[in-house]
Amino acid sequence: MLIMLAIVLLTVMFMALLRALLGPSIYDRILAVNLFGTKTVLLIAVMGFLFGRPEFLDIALVYALINFISVIGVLRYFEYSDNRINGSES
Amino acid sequence: MMELIIQLISSACFILGALLILSGGVGILRFPDFFTRMHAAGITETLATSLILIGLMLIAGWGLVLFKLVLILLFIMLTSPTASHALAKSAMHGKLTPIIHNNHSG
Repeated sequence: MLIMLAIVLLTVMFMALLRALLGPSIYDRILAVNLFGTKTVLLIAVMGFLFGRPEFLDIALVYALINFISVIGVLRYFEYSDNRINGSES
Repeated sequence: MMELIIQLISSACFILGALLILSGGVGILRFPDFFTRMHAAGITETLATSLILIGLMLIAGWGLVLFKLVLILLFIMLTSPTASHALAKSAMHGKLTPIIHNNHSG
């Protein structure tokens, strides 16, 4: 069951990476990277249980913190900057 | 007997969470607009994460591992909607308008 979960998580991470590579606007990329980070937290937790080493949960916790802070930081940078790089600018 | 029931509930949580995560991934890949993509990602993220973490908690049993899992669950429940809200606000400031179809007559 844990192996199935890890495979599904890897598939969804690949999908998010694809969207981050071909997303039209910068916000699509940020959204995909946010999703990727959350799935990484889950993958680290599941891998810790799969390998029988639940100490990995510390790394997952730190990764969740770093993910949130980095997304907020990048958004703060792009929200108030003048020269936006929007692919789908109306 | 109790072990078997706990294992069964945890497996059900895993299957449901995997289904939700997969639907979120397909949604983020195939929806036409940024805001619909954000809807697909943001809705499935919280429920699927909590389901998978609850399944892991059921496996883990009492101890420090359970406390760490609760901490991760609490933190993700706090930060994921915040990140979604900040993303939507930033996209609205960035002049990214949603697609609006007015197809119904009237």
